[in-house]
Amino acid sequence: MINASLKELADALAARRVSAVELTEHCIERIGRLDKGLNAFITVDPGRSLEQARAADARIAAGHAGPLTGIPVAHKDIFVAKGWPSTCGSRMLASFVSPYDAHVVERFNDAGAVVLGKTNMDEFAMGSSSETSWFGPVRNPWNVDRVAGGSSGGSAVAVAARLAPVATGTDTGGSIRQPAALSGVCGLKPTYGTVSRYGMIAFASSLDQGGPFARSAADLAVLLNVMAGFDARDSTSLERAPEDYARELERPLPGASAGKPLGGLRVGVPSEYFSAGLASDVASAVESAIDELKKLGASVIEVHLPNTGLSVPSYYVIAPAEASSNLSRYDGVRYGYRAPEYDDLVDMYCKTRAQGFGAEVKRRILIGTYVLSHGYYDAYYLKAQKIRRLIARDFTDAFRQCDVIAGPVTPTVAFALGAKVSDPVQMYLNDIYTIAANLAGLPAMSIPCGFGSEGLPVGLHLVGDYFTEARLLGIAHQFQKATDWHARVPAGYA
Amino acid sequence: MEWETVIGIETHAQLSTRSKIFSAASTAFGAAPNTQACAVDIALPGVLPVPNRGAVERAIRFGLSVGGAIAARSVFARKNYFYPDLPKGYQISQFEAPIVQGGTIQTVLPDGTEKTVRLTRAHLEEDAGKSLHEDFHGMTGIDLNRAGTPLLEIVSEPDMRSAGEAVAYARTLHALVRWIDICDGNMQEGSFRCDANVSVRPAGSDRLGTRCEIKNLNSFRFLERAIDFEVRRQIEILEDGGRIDQETRLYDPDRDETRSLRSKEEAHDYRYFPDPDLLPLEVKDEWVAAERAALPELPAAKRDRFVCELGLTAYDAATLTGSRETADYFDAVTAALVLREPGGDARAGAKTAANWVMGELAGALNRAELEIDRSPVSAQQLAGLIARIRDNTISGKIAKEVFDALWAGEASGDDAADSIIQAKGLRQITDTGALESIIDGIIAANPAQVAEFRGGREKAFNFFVGQAMKATKGKGNPAAISEILKRKLAG
Repeated sequence: MINASLKELADALAARRVSAVELTEHCIERIGRLDKGLNAFITVDPGRSLEQARAADARIAAGHAGPLTGIPVAHKDIFVAKGWPSTCGSRMLASFVSPYDAHVVERFNDAGAVVLGKTNMDEFAMGSSSETSWFGPVRNPWNVDRVAGGSSGGSAVAVAARLAPVATGTDTGGSIRQPAALSGVCGLKPTYGTVSRYGMIAFASSLDQGGPFARSAADLAVLLNVMAGFDARDSTSLERAPEDYARELERPLPGASAGKPLGGLRVGVPSEYFSAGLASDVASAVESAIDELKKLGASVIEVHLPNTGLSVPSYYVIAPAEASSNLSRYDGVRYGYRAPEYDDLVDMYCKTRAQGFGAEVKRRILIGTYVLSHGYYDAYYLKAQKIRRLIARDFTDAFRQCDVIAGPVTPTVAFALGAKVSDPVQMYLNDIYTIAANLAGLPAMSIPCGFGSEGLPVGLHLVGDYFTEARLLGIAHQFQKATDWHARVPAGYA
Repeated sequence: MEWETVIGIETHAQLSTRSKIFSAASTAFGAAPNTQACAVDIALPGVLPVPNRGAVERAIRFGLSVGGAIAARSVFARKNYFYPDLPKGYQISQFEAPIVQGGTIQTVLPDGTEKTVRLTRAHLEEDAGKSLHEDFHGMTGIDLNRAGTPLLEIVSEPDMRSAGEAVAYARTLHALVRWIDICDGNMQEGSFRCDANVSVRPAGSDRLGTRCEIKNLNSFRFLERAIDFEVRRQIEILEDGGRIDQETRLYDPDRDETRSLRSKEEAHDYRYFPDPDLLPLEVKDEWVAAERAALPELPAAKRDRFVCELGLTAYDAATLTGSRETADYFDAVTAALVLREPGGDARAGAKTAANWVMGELAGALNRAELEIDRSPVSAQQLAGLIARIRDNTISGKIAKEVFDALWAGEASGDDAADSIIQAKGLRQITDTGALESIIDGIIAANPAQVAEFRGGREKAFNFFVGQAMKATKGKGNPAAISEILKRKLAG
């Protein structure tokens, strides 16, 4: 059961071979047994989950089931869920119980899915290793001394270790794709504006985008069907005709033929992504995957993204700037953490925020406050916004020559816990391949494509033009029909 | 030395939308603390702002009514600072790209001169909550009902030269926002409040002096007194050889003085940047055109019409256009008069009507604490009364008696004045034959006074007028009485 696809689970639920309650209990049992060593979950609440599971069973019995009815979903703790602690991995919100549901949570609930729990993450999604959480680091099931990637490390690990069939995450600079790659699962960051940010605790509003984690592209498509769609409560949500990503998955490409399902597809490989800094084990796994795409009929061409080198510096101006403002609401006045002792108002603010936020969050608030300050705004923030447009233009130019861009997700496989904690710049460089898609607002995904040194997973990065999620999923699906990297289970979690 | 005062005014007008600028919570005043603050207003984690179309619409209406430019694309920005009643730690406002740019306010000063004040801009923003320092021992209470209330901040150029001009500007602006129905103008409730930027400079200088900003003046009287105090303070400092520090000051009405709140050095760095949660605000031409079409005749246009077509003085026209209700009432009176006096002198009728609306009616409304749209005497009834003055059916004096009866509701219908005149027998005696015989009787009965008058004591004339009025119970036409008396006494 733990390796079943969403389709298989839905069929089993419909045929009453398994109930939603049994499925949920099974996940809860695995979490109880296996998560101590992984720390993927911040909160599980079996009572609440099973209540939802019972409702799902009633719905299935009444014949009103959809593809996700009765399916347990692990939500990144950045999504608020009514009645659940919604901590964002921070001491600041450790005791905050949300009175309302995020749009994403609401959509899953409406579909009859079961909230299995809230997953661990870097504090306020700031990190690339899930080590900055107030609730302790997440560990990688492929090697528990390695990081899971971040910031959505808990969700990636929940899926990788088969604690949950699927999970949700958010991606501001790579926070879905990078942990998906390091933990050996599939993760998709949709086009900015596809998934409503309502109830998704803001890190950097112009970059944040929710997306799904699953074991296969086919499952991602089912999840995206529920997550995507216009929401009037988010002004940046896009009003578009809904797509059925699950159905689009099997639609043949215009140039496809027997044995060549990717016939006619032009895959662009940016030379900038295969330069110094990319570990050879990752490079060779990604190159093999690109060869596989070729075997499936795709043609591979070299493309250029000349401003790639500017993406990390401009991201580390824009994201902290927005974060410094977004996190101002955590002041100890209305909810969340408040320092137990203080002299006056300013002292209350200072102590509350000094004690409530961790080092990485404070670092980014400082950077963000600095770059927005009078006299520095033009030199940093405005310049970074200009670079952002140049980066977006790089992609526009590239997509004149190719249909999809393929490359690595991360420079290395999962690194050791603690290895980069004291060197923020090394940590930031982990996102060198993923950040550009956020700056440009493009859809991008990571799928398992092999293993590097010490048997740690490697991800293949696929970046598409705006609104080409269906095509990205279709390519990944064809790749996964021809390979079995995505079906591998870390030892001890089978 | 002669000093010149320079004043610019920033006004916060609360827009009259039912819900808040970025949330669906109610904006109604006076609810129990924190009962009108939703998840967005208290800035729970994960909430997002959604602009209120009604607030944008009102900003457009304002821009059009002052002849400003409506930006096709304006940008909401975050103004970052920490304060307990500012839930997000930033205020959503507009900074570099406001929705309205330019425009003018034309006002009339008490001496009748016209004054044009240029506007720099008007932009949309949200209000903060309220900190309540009383009632909580050693603590502060926070009420977030007001947080997120839509405001239009209207910024003038430093075009005013005295407290009087500043008050005239503020009054005209106040009348305008009520006129175009974008703000209820309730100053006690804080719906319309002004900050004044005040500086002085040697007369004739074209360089601006260092200014001080006086915050949160919520009455015209406070505005005037705060400016007067501030001007005296600054002049005193300068004449003593001192220097004005740029600072923000508060007016204390109890002590009638301003005092420093914070200096320029203590001013916040607000770290403005475009709000990434909100797309640029796009206003299409069609939207502007629709708002333009829906605008009522504006006070300035009405004022011009009253002066040019009806011959009113600029000051009377300004007074009558002080509120849309008053102007509408006056319009209705003059329109009804024209119908009652086909071919009559509309300008003369309008002058009488203006005097009645600003005089007798305004006084009665004031005493009864009623707004003009609740007046017990309708515009039709008042026109009916004025028509009877003008056709000499009654005298002005008797008219006041008729007005009181109208006010008391002694008759109803548009012709209520006629009914009252009829019922009370107040019709003026203009029949010269009847008057002549009455006057003959008075002259015959008072030979001593006749001799006095003829002996050169002209004042004695008034005695005869009084006797004649008394004899006619006030109904004698004063002009006719005077004419007959002059003729007969000259005899």
